[in-house]
Amino acid sequence: MNETAIRFDNVTLGYDRHPAVHHLNGDVERGALLAICGPNGAGKSTLLKGIAGSLAPLSGVIALPGLNPRTIAYLPQASEIDKNFPANVFDIVAMGLWKRCGSFGGLTRSDIAAISTAIGAVGLEGFEARPIATLSGGQLQRMLFARLLMQNASLILLDEPFTAIDSRTVSDLLAVVAGWHEEKRTVLAVSHDLDLVRAHFPQTLLLAREEIAKGKTSVVLTAENLLKARAMVEAFDKDAHECARAA
Amino acid sequence: MALHEILIAPFTEFAFMRRALAGAVALAVAGPPLGVFLILRRMSLTGDAMGHAILPGVAIGYFAAGLSVGPMTIGGLAAGLLVAVGSGAVARTTILREDASLAAFYLISLALGVTIISLRGSNIDLLHVLFGSVLALDDATLILLAAIASITLAALALFYRPLVLETVDSQFLASVSKIGGGVQIVFLALVVLNLVGAFQALGTLLAVGMMMLPAASARLITRDLSAMILLAAAQGVLAGYAGLVISFHAGLPSGPLITLLAGLLYLLALVFGPAGGLLRNFWPGRHLEG
Repeated sequence: MNETAIRFDNVTLGYDRHPAVHHLNGDVERGALLAICGPNGAGKSTLLKGIAGSLAPLSGVIALPGLNPRTIAYLPQASEIDKNFPANVFDIVAMGLWKRCGSFGGLTRSDIAAISTAIGAVGLEGFEARPIATLSGGQLQRMLFARLLMQNASLILLDEPFTAIDSRTVSDLLAVVAGWHEEKRTVLAVSHDLDLVRAHFPQTLLLAREEIAKGKTSVVLTAENLLKARAMVEAFDKDAHECARAA
Repeated sequence: MALHEILIAPFTEFAFMRRALAGAVALAVAGPPLGVFLILRRMSLTGDAMGHAILPGVAIGYFAAGLSVGPMTIGGLAAGLLVAVGSGAVARTTILREDASLAAFYLISLALGVTIISLRGSNIDLLHVLFGSVLALDDATLILLAAIASITLAALALFYRPLVLETVDSQFLASVSKIGGGVQIVFLALVVLNLVGAFQALGTLLAVGMMMLPAASARLITRDLSAMILLAAAQGVLAGYAGLVISFHAGLPSGPLITLLAGLLYLLALVFGPAGGLLRNFWPGRHLEG
């Protein structure tokens, strides 16, 4: 069961040569439910982009042993979905089937049933035909979770999925996450809500550009570690020299 | 005058009117569906920019081989694709966004086109390029228009789903597939292809009108994407037919009239459109219970 899902080998990710995630090492086990915590600018979103493959590392390697990179589901912090597009909730959730249906595949009767089930699972029953322009922020997030459900991914990356939504929506979406965990899918979620992380995430990576601590949540989220994370200097040093640590 | 004489006789009696109608229909079934996607992608002005961008290529084709369809089409296509792909590449690789790089590219292209025309041509040539001649479509041009319409509809059918996904949530499509970039290029190529076809009939200035006006109108009438596409094409056909009939009887130039009629349909939709027209927005009716 202790197979590796993600291996970081001296990974540095960043923008314009400045590191946002600096010399990260270590493994994430398959089936892990891992929270990524840290102050703003700590590199949490950057790390997810790196794992999703949309940002190439400045140096080092992110390996996904035994995982097809196309079976990653990634929910970005601010979805760029065009809310004015004439589409309804059902259409958007059905997009999650792209890998299987592609450009031409049709929806089978069981697909349609699965889409309805996913929409129900996130608490949007009856919203199938609603234009996405009329959804609230929380409803939109529920819809995006339903699409993640349809993607049937073995690695799920969630960037601040619980921000700016009410507690009932959060607990509904946490139930979806718990379901994924039971199904032995690997889930990584960025969150600033430490109470939520302590209650629902067995493992945590505390990041402040560099790894502060990683492991059991109760061991990682200590006052001492959080203080260390907060001491991170947020601004890039524009006169920074090339990093001397071994590449 | 009997209705038959007004509405049908011009086409039964005159071959040039039949040709004009066939050409207008070909333009109308392919251009407006592309216009719908341009609008949904917030690229409405891209059509206009591309319409200008094809000018130098057309001019070079014209001076190389005279007023013949082949060289002008190839020239226009080359210039349009160069601008489309070039500005796309600049947008992806530099700090300039798509709108700024497209503006820069098409302005250079337009200036180049006008310069080339002034080097050699007379004003009549310029008028032809700017305003087209739907009443003087020869066989080669008609075949070209039909071919462009067929290619466009086939390509839209092939790429419909990824194009829709790319439009509504390009970030998501990029996370599950690499098809997005290719779809974007194919789409822009289709836009250029249609503008090159339309300019033969309507001229560069009016070619964009046939693409955008029916699409903008359809957006105001329906919220359903398939219906929007069908409505846009239908309005294009209607504007083409009615424009030809009126221009025939009134002795007015047909290209501007076709565009004007598409504009009239748009204005009607602007006022009465049930999916966001003025009446609907200002007098929506009393609110519902839940």
